[in-house]
Amino acid sequence: MGKRMKLKGRKIFAGKASGEALVTAMGISFFGGVDPHSGVVVEKNHELEGQSIAGKILVFPTGKGSTVGSYTLYRLKSNGKAPSAIINAECETITAVGCIMAEIPCVDQIPVEQLKSGQEIAVDGGKGTVEVLTGDNHAA
Amino acid sequence: MQLNSEERAMLDGDYGRATRKAMQILATLGDIYGAGRMAPVTSVQIAGVSYDNLGEAGLQFLTEMAEGGGRALVLTTLNPAGMDIENWQALGIDPDFAENQQRVIQAFERMGVITTCSCTPYLSGNLPHFREHIAWAESSAVCYANSVIGARTNREGGPSALAAALTGRTPEYGYHLDKNRVPGITIEVNADVSESFHFGALGKVIGEKLETEGRKLVPYILGIENASLEGLKSLCASIATYGGAALFHMDGITPEAAQMFPPDKILTISQADLDAAARSLNDAAADEVDFVSLGCPHLSIVEIARIAELLQGKKVTKEFWITTARPTKHIADMMGYTKIIEESGAKFATDTCCVVAPIKGRFKVLATDSAKACYYAYSKNDFKTVFKPFDQVVSEAVNPGGE
Repeated sequence: MGKRMKLKGRKIFAGKASGEALVTAMGISFFGGVDPHSGVVVEKNHELEGQSIAGKILVFPTGKGSTVGSYTLYRLKSNGKAPSAIINAECETITAVGCIMAEIPCVDQIPVEQLKSGQEIAVDGGKGTVEVLTGDNHAA
Repeated sequence: MQLNSEERAMLDGDYGRATRKAMQILATLGDIYGAGRMAPVTSVQIAGVSYDNLGEAGLQFLTEMAEGGGRALVLTTLNPAGMDIENWQALGIDPDFAENQQRVIQAFERMGVITTCSCTPYLSGNLPHFREHIAWAESSAVCYANSVIGARTNREGGPSALAAALTGRTPEYGYHLDKNRVPGITIEVNADVSESFHFGALGKVIGEKLETEGRKLVPYILGIENASLEGLKSLCASIATYGGAALFHMDGITPEAAQMFPPDKILTISQADLDAAARSLNDAAADEVDFVSLGCPHLSIVEIARIAELLQGKKVTKEFWITTARPTKHIADMMGYTKIIEESGAKFATDTCCVVAPIKGRFKVLATDSAKACYYAYSKNDFKTVFKPFDQVVSEAVNPGGE
C-alpha cells in the first residue's frame, strides 16, 4: 500500500478533476504563450514549449502577462483544449478570472515544487485539496 | 470575505447565470486580495472592447453573459473599439472584422451598457465625484479617476469590470482603502512641463523610475505649477503605461495632495531626464513618417479646435487619424471643426484609436504627441515612432519631412 500525499490549499474555483500532472517552475502567460486552438505552449524558451496543456492537471507557480489571458482560458475550454484543473502557488487575477469564466477547477497556496510531471493527481477545487495518487510511473 | 444577503443571493444564482458568474469573479478576487467586504460602485468603465484584443472567445463570453440575463446595474461605458463604428470603411477596416466588432458592441448593448467607446469616459458623461467608489478598467482612465478626480478604483481587467457592472459591487481592497492611497515617494520636477507632450515624457520618466523603485509606491509630484486637463490625461496615460501607476498626487493640483505629506524618499527629475525620454521615443526620421495620429488618450474639444485652426485651408499629405469619443465628435460637427478637418484630408477615427485598431502591417512610422501611443506602436504593431509636440505633429501631416 503506497502512501498518498495530500496537500491542502485554498479554493479558487470549485470542481473535481484527476489526471496526469504537467508541472513547470516558470510562470505562464496564457495570452500569446499558449495556442488557443491546440493547447500547446508556444512561448519561446518556456520549459513547457511544444507541450500540450489540454486535459492535464496544470501546475505552475503563478500567472503573468496580459489580462486578455483570462479569455484565452475560456477559448481553450470552448475548443476542448483546456487543462482539466490548475494548481498554483499564488493565483493572480488573470488565471483566477479565466478559471471562473471557463469553469476549470483551481486551487492555490500549494507547494508546487513538491509535484512532478507524470504524477497522477486528484484536485478538489471546492475543498482546496490536491492528492498525489501515484509517483512518476510507479506507485509510491 | 463578508457578503451581505443580496450578494449571497447573487452568488447562489437567484439573479440568473450571468450575475452568478459575475459575483463568483468578484468574490474570488476579494478572497485573493484580502478584501473584507464588497463596496457598492456607481460607475464602471469596461476594457476589452476591440475585437482585435477579444477574439472569438471574448465575444462568445460576452454573448453568454448577455444571454444569461446580465444587465448593468450602474452607469457603464466602454473603452475604444477596433474601429469607427460608423465610418470604418473610410479607415480601411476589413468587413469581416467590422461585423465581429459590431457583434461585440451589440452584446454590450443588450446588457444595458452605454456604448460610447472611449478611453476618456470622464469627458462624455461618466464622471464620478471625489471619494466615490468605482470600478474602471483602462489604465489611463483609472489613473485619471484616482489622481485627478480623487475617486477610488483598482486597475480592473475587462471581465472584472463587467462583473462590477452586472452586480454594482467591487471587492474593497487596494485603492478603495485610505491606507493604500498614501504616497511612498516624492518626485521633484525641475524641468519645463507645460504642453501635453512634456507631460507624456514626464510620465515615462516617472513610470520607469517606479519600475526600479517599486511599482506599488504612490508618487507625490512637486514642481508642476499649472496643469491643463490635456496635460493631466497625457501624464496619466504615460505613467500607467510605463510604470503601471494607478494613482499619483500632485502638489497644488490634485485633490488629495493637500491632505498628504511628501515622503522623505525623494527622486529629482531634471530637464535632461525629460529630454532623454523624448529622444528615446524617436527612432525614425521625420521623412519616414507614413501615419500621423493625435488622440491617445482621446482628444478633448479644445484639442480638436486647435487642429481645425492649424489645418484651416491646408491639405494633409499622409494618413492622419484624429481619434476621439463620439460625443466629442458631435461637438466638433456642431462647431464646424469637423468640416475644416475633413476638407484637409485628415480623418476622424471616432470610437477607436491607433492602439486598439487592427493596423499592424499597414504603416511603418507613426508620428504622435503621445508617449503611450509610442509604446504600443512599437510593441503591438512593430512601427517606429516620431514623438513631437502637438502642433508639430499636425505640421508633420501637412509638410512632408516636418519643419
